[in-house]
Amino acid sequence: MSRAGAKPIAAVFALVMIAGLAASAGLQTAIDRRMAPYLGTPDELWIPSGKVLKRLSLGNSGLMADIYWTRVVQYYGGQIRDRKTDFSLLGPLLDITVELDPNLLVAYRFGSIFLCEASPRGAGEPMQAVRLIEKGIQANPDEWRLWHDLGFIYYWDLKNYPAAAQAYLDGSKNSHADPWMKVMAAVISQKGGNRETSRFLWTEIYRSAEDTMIRQNAEEHLQSLQAMDDMEELDKRILLFREKTGRPPQALSELVTEGLLKGVPIDPLGFPYRLSPGGKVVLSPKSSIRLEEETPPPQPEKSS
Amino acid sequence: MKNSSPTLAVTLNTFREAVRDRVLYNLVAFAVILIASAVLFGEISIGIQKTILINLGLSSISVFGLLISIFLGIGLVFKEVDKRSLYALLSKPVRRSQFIIGKFLGLNLTLAVNTALMSAGLWAALYYLARRFEAPDLFIWVAIYFILLQLFLVTAICLFFSCFSTPLLSAIFTFLLYVIGTFSADLRAFGEMTQNASWKALTSFLYYLLPNFSDFSVAAAVSHGKPVAGGLILLNTLYTLCYAAVLLAASVAIFARKDLK
Amino acid sequence: MAAIEIEGLSKDYQTGFWRKHPWRALDGLSLRVEQGEVFGFLGHNGAGKTTTLKLLTGLIFPTAGTATILGKPLGQPETFRHIGYLPENPYFYDYLTAQELLDYFARFFPLTSDERRLRRDAVLEQAGLDGFRNLPLRKFSKGMLQRLGIAQAVLHQPEVVLLDEPMSGLDPMGRREVRDLIVRMKTEGKTVFFSTHILSDAEALCDRVAILNRGKLAGVGPISELLKTLPGFEAVIECSSPEALYEIEPLAAKPVSASGGQYRMEVTEQNVRPLLALCERDDVRLLSLNPLHTSLEDYFAELSSAKDAAPVRARGASS
Repeated sequence: MSRAGAKPIAAVFALVMIAGLAASAGLQTAIDRRMAPYLGTPDELWIPSGKVLKRLSLGNSGLMADIYWTRVVQYYGGQIRDRKTDFSLLGPLLDITVELDPNLLVAYRFGSIFLCEASPRGAGEPMQAVRLIEKGIQANPDEWRLWHDLGFIYYWDLKNYPAAAQAYLDGSKNSHADPWMKVMAAVISQKGGNRETSRFLWTEIYRSAEDTMIRQNAEEHLQSLQAMDDMEELDKRILLFREKTGRPPQALSELVTEGLLKGVPIDPLGFPYRLSPGGKVVLSPKSSIRLEEETPPPQPEKSS
Repeated sequence: MKNSSPTLAVTLNTFREAVRDRVLYNLVAFAVILIASAVLFGEISIGIQKTILINLGLSSISVFGLLISIFLGIGLVFKEVDKRSLYALLSKPVRRSQFIIGKFLGLNLTLAVNTALMSAGLWAALYYLARRFEAPDLFIWVAIYFILLQLFLVTAICLFFSCFSTPLLSAIFTFLLYVIGTFSADLRAFGEMTQNASWKALTSFLYYLLPNFSDFSVAAAVSHGKPVAGGLILLNTLYTLCYAAVLLAASVAIFARKDLK
Repeated sequence: MAAIEIEGLSKDYQTGFWRKHPWRALDGLSLRVEQGEVFGFLGHNGAGKTTTLKLLTGLIFPTAGTATILGKPLGQPETFRHIGYLPENPYFYDYLTAQELLDYFARFFPLTSDERRLRRDAVLEQAGLDGFRNLPLRKFSKGMLQRLGIAQAVLHQPEVVLLDEPMSGLDPMGRREVRDLIVRMKTEGKTVFFSTHILSDAEALCDRVAILNRGKLAGVGPISELLKTLPGFEAVIECSSPEALYEIEPLAAKPVSASGGQYRMEVTEQNVRPLLALCERDDVRLLSLNPLHTSLEDYFAELSSAKDAAPVRARGASS
């Protein structure tokens, strides 16, 4: 084959290869569409045991833990994004992660929040969270914040105030602990469930969170508490209105007219509060704030 | 008229041979790229990024170091015997023991240089991430040193097999021994759990006989800034020296009376 | 003191899976090579020549018997200082250049770095490889490798040089060069011990030869005494005219073989004179005239046919 003939042949080969690759890419896209029903989203744990995985990682368990942590984050984020309410894999994934690396603190903290959160924001399994944190405390005796996480689960999700106070007390014994731990122990044992306490603790979580999801979640709770405060304040103003005018208001704008409010107040997300037909203060339907469930504040402990 | 040690001559030539082997460059480049890519983890929160980088970096150095040590190690002796380059060499005033030890040291030198290169990649990535170094970062050096000790052990194992086995078998045996060595502690624990006395004795015996690679696993701790005890550093060093010496002696013994084909 | 002294040297190889069938590669070889000799070691492939050389260089270990080189035991570093070895079909590290290889090998000897450099350059030049000193060995041709092999064998100026099939695979030019190198070694007073299965090489170079047949020594002495001379001569002539050829042909005992203007023929002793007379013509030129003798093949064939052939000891062979 002469030199002159070689160049066009090479060009033909190149064209064929490029065309072939483009065609196979196009075909793959079509296949992907067809395959969707067969694949679904396989949310399975092929290897459910953390111990086995540790063996398999041949000394690279730290890296394996990081990979599984990534899986945890993606799993949780994916369920939220897809508006799925099933978080049943969250606990097992976290268990594997901390088995591989018992010092991965962020995993414990993540678990303590999102294992407890009720559906649709979490798995709604506070006892799983308690077991996770207890494992974490055993492996990391110097980490006083884990006691705070434990205490908070008892306080917020399980409403078990004596256990919560005990956890805060145990944690305060650590020399590195922030001084408020001790204070918190006392306050909880005295007052039990209390919005000021809750606000303080959620603020503490918000401040110390390294993970964006945890911080966002804490912010949502704080917004919720703020909204509840606002709504209680609005209730008080409505009472004043009734006393003043002798009738319930029809809309919050009337309170403005009466001079009881400077303007129609907005919730922490910027949506105005409204009055329901029944005369109660409610959030705007566009607002995504979720109000917390609160038990009525228990009576202070009396020695009797 | 000074005769510079024959062992040193073999060591340096083995190093030169490794450097001119292009497989090495590919592996090292790949490892460095891998480490650099760890910096691109955007999804994970800031505190963990450093942990992930250290874990990925140390694991890469370890895995690629292992590959290099096996790739080069299996051919160490076999290639020379098979291709008969050994004929000309062993007719010079050099003892067979000097040849074996020189090969061993040469490969270790190569591994040390490679590990240094890959570590430089890790440190560059760390600096890029954190912009400063903290005191606990020093223990990353310890973790790297432990990886190097592991590699020296693997080299000794490889050399041992290479003295009487083909490259493929040497690679398989070495890799198997490495895998078993990473969970030899579990082997003994398993023996403890059975109530059978002879199983216990057997697993205990195996535990002490086989090389124990889990001694060197400090990567996870170091990735959280935890320290490594000085005593452990000393003991691991001594263990490696001891065990490698045994393997080296066995290799020399086998090779000394071997008829070269 | 003999250069090489071998007494009853034997080597068995274990074959078979359970190693029950030893194969005797060398059987009770006894030989003495004097200093300054060029000694040829002849035999078919598989006769045991390479085995002997590997035993002498300590690459394999004898099953029985002893040997010394310059009175020193085999396989010791001290002994290796005095011998140089060229292996058969040598392979050197192909990632090194010629210069690097020689430099590397030189480091095993007690030489200063200056001496090392001088010797390296000297042998490179001697082997005609000076221009290729920076070429990687993977690019060397077979002939070049062979010459490099000899170069590395004499790098440290040993008294005894052992060469295994030094001419193997070389073209005529290469063989000529190697022959010249061996001759040069002889003039330098070295003892050269080389193995070959090509008779003409041994004839041209060796003072004495030993012939090995199936692991046993079949004969030792000068070639001329070992191989019988047949009556008659072999003549090679150049002839440019058909008439001259017509006159010459009848003198030949067997049909004349021709190639490229040259004619090769066997003549009986009586016909030598007439042939020479014919060669006086202008159109005929005598190129060579040699006594005929048996080839190595004939010699071995004869050995095999003679039952219980006792090793032939020729006159003049030292015991």
